[in-house]
Amino acid sequence: MKKAWLLAAVAAFALTGATEAKTLKWGAAREIASLDPYSYGETFTLAVLNHVYEGLVRYTGDLKIEPALAESWETVSPTVWRFKLRQGVKFHNGNPFTADDVIASLARVTHETSPLKGNLPAYKSSKKIDDHTVEIEVNGPYPLLLNDLTNIFIFDKEWMEANNSLLPTDSGKGVKGYATDNANGTGPFKVESRRADAKTVFVKNPGWWDKPKHNIDVIEFSPITSSSTRVAALLSGEIDYTNVAPLQDLPRLAASPDVKVMQTNELRSVFFALNLGDKLIESDVTGKNPFKDIRVREALYRAIDIDAVHKRAMRGLSRNTGALVAPAIPGYEPSQDERLPFDLNGAKKLLADAGYPNGFSFQINCQSDSLVNEEEFCQAVAAMWARAGLKPNLSMAPRSQQTPKRVKGEFDVISFGWANEPMIDAYSILVQVLHSKSGTSGVFNWGNWGDPRIDALIDKAGVELDTPKRVALMREALKIAKQEQLFIPLHQQPMAWAMRNTVASTVQASDNKPRLWLTVMK
Amino acid sequence: MPAFLFKRLLNAAGVMLAVAFLAFLIFRFVGDPVELMLNEQASQQQRDELRVRLGLDKGFVLQYATFVGNAVRGDFGISYRNQQDVFTLISERFPATFELVLVATFLSLAVGVPLGVYTAIRRDSFVAKSLQFVSVLGVSLPSFALGILFILIFSVTLQWLPAFGRGEVVQIGWWSTGLLTASGRKALILPGITLSLFQITLVMRLVRAEMLETMRTDFIRFARARGLPSRAVHFGHALRNCLMPVITVTGLQIGNLIAFALVTETVFQWPGMGMLFVQAVTFVDIPVMAAYLIVVSFIFVTLNTLVDLTYAWVDPRLREDALTGGANAR
Repeated sequence: MKKAWLLAAVAAFALTGATEAKTLKWGAAREIASLDPYSYGETFTLAVLNHVYEGLVRYTGDLKIEPALAESWETVSPTVWRFKLRQGVKFHNGNPFTADDVIASLARVTHETSPLKGNLPAYKSSKKIDDHTVEIEVNGPYPLLLNDLTNIFIFDKEWMEANNSLLPTDSGKGVKGYATDNANGTGPFKVESRRADAKTVFVKNPGWWDKPKHNIDVIEFSPITSSSTRVAALLSGEIDYTNVAPLQDLPRLAASPDVKVMQTNELRSVFFALNLGDKLIESDVTGKNPFKDIRVREALYRAIDIDAVHKRAMRGLSRNTGALVAPAIPGYEPSQDERLPFDLNGAKKLLADAGYPNGFSFQINCQSDSLVNEEEFCQAVAAMWARAGLKPNLSMAPRSQQTPKRVKGEFDVISFGWANEPMIDAYSILVQVLHSKSGTSGVFNWGNWGDPRIDALIDKAGVELDTPKRVALMREALKIAKQEQLFIPLHQQPMAWAMRNTVASTVQASDNKPRLWLTVMK
Repeated sequence: MPAFLFKRLLNAAGVMLAVAFLAFLIFRFVGDPVELMLNEQASQQQRDELRVRLGLDKGFVLQYATFVGNAVRGDFGISYRNQQDVFTLISERFPATFELVLVATFLSLAVGVPLGVYTAIRRDSFVAKSLQFVSVLGVSLPSFALGILFILIFSVTLQWLPAFGRGEVVQIGWWSTGLLTASGRKALILPGITLSLFQITLVMRLVRAEMLETMRTDFIRFARARGLPSRAVHFGHALRNCLMPVITVTGLQIGNLIAFALVTETVFQWPGMGMLFVQAVTFVDIPVMAAYLIVVSFIFVTLNTLVDLTYAWVDPRLREDALTGGANAR
């Protein structure tokens, strides 16, 4: 005990003696689930823990895959990948990083009780070749293994053994874990202390294998749920940086001489999805589903004045889109980004042609706490559809209440957002949303909008290892969806970071993940 | 007395069981945790497996029975979201809420009692009338608006006090306290005032009403007739006679304060139980929500039972009423 005090005193002295420590105070919109990246499949938690833990590969600031804990890789056969691991990497506790750590981590994350199992869907087994070579076998030819591995973080096997954490925590059996409150990774920062809901402190890892581009010594992470409080904390200098600056406060923040705002568009594309089942659930049309008529779908599309949505509901910050995926996603095709023009009379004529000159009623299911300004754009679009002669009925409620109805297909129209994270590839939306419900595909095909031509293309893309061919297949599938007007695209939603002038530069990518190891302070 | 005690405890247990049932019933309709726990990549099979693992596929009665059985043993399960023991989670957050409530209670007495005395003694003065008027505003102004107003004035403009958090805390055993550090005490001021404002007006109005009542009684008149100075009459005699109901109400209000700290905690990012509950609602973390409701109701029921028992101990008539059922007529 005495020794610890002495060490602390020496450390404190060393800190004050050296040039002052650079501390970045980060005010986030919410708390991370835990210190265990495998405990909860949430992109934000993974993004924060990426400062502590690393995967075999990682995304660069412009979302390209680059080597991290693996130095290189090759495919031995269509189903076997061989990874050469980086040598001389040490965990925060000083243990060396070896092939055993990779195998134990993969076993843990793919264990049947692991909440993160879905992030590595193709995994079959792994094998140690030597201390710094690992082979991973997948279920079948699978082109997206590297994408998935960017978010599979590597634990230290010895540390997990010593703390009885080789298996994931399990809420069903009441198994909790040491890793929930403790961390030991290889990343650029170490966890120094954690008080959930209050403050988590990360300090620089001096032994990091990579050459640091940042100059931060300490990160103090505090969740501040209330957005007005977060803005106030930034204005008063209590935090240096927030990764969620509320859109309505951006002008005010930008007007402050000490604060700068970084604004761009997310990967997440927002669109309306229609129920294409046999009948609508809340409508004066009975016995058939008007949405099955492409003319009706086109009428809905043409009736949306997207510029008005952009200007009013999204405060001029969204990016209008005609495509289902954002430009940064492989599978994006500029020609698909063209929208059908806004044409109110054309919409009315299409409705009349389809046999609904007086329109019909239906329900729009929107969520009050999910997408950016969802309430505003849903209201705007509902009003536009009403102007075209339809009778939309807007149902607005929190995500926790709307989700069960959406999953069960109890809706006529829903607002829908898809970011293709963490894999950052159009395959994500294709297999999960566009594919017909069958086997493991089409989990989010809530409105029965499948098409056999699209399914065939997706299935082919799922086993095609040649990237250009694969992307072409995905583009073809997305093109059919566009021709059929299966969905009504709106925009890529805006995202904004705000920081005080203590922050000199940072990298803001459209996946909305803070990468403080690329951040420089003044 | 033992029979009365037994009856009161039985009542309390019945209330708790009903609360547990309601808590459970409500959460059946809150939403589906599985959809919020898994990310975009998870397949249908994984969704189904998780549902089975969480016991959500079982019938309602079975789920409720399991829940009550475990709760009685103090086991509220594991949080769906962060996989920690729920009871530990709540007990870690309890000190923060308790200290906030303590400060709010202290403020409400320290400010409310003198104001109440003043408005009673000088009830026709302009100041007293203004105070009465302002207190109505204090009751009707929602605490989140008040909190944000305080933050704008004292954090952003004047930069005197922190806008969020608890400052530095000192850990004493399992209890964490912010009272022992300067930054911790500073952080308590704004949320403390925000939470206490309603309470201050309540105490003030109560003291005023009681004082006016007492001042009309004979013994005050006699005291005056004896030529005692008005300070002694007001504080020594009148106020002392008013304090019993004030203390009772303050005690009962502690439960309310704990429950309503939720809003204040959200505004000031105060890491207490309310904050935990709000987060749990966002992520449909049913075990945490259920446990929170039960813990808060438990505090309510305990305080009420204690007050009843104390009254019965002081006033034997109440005991007999309770046993014969006459107490229900109150």
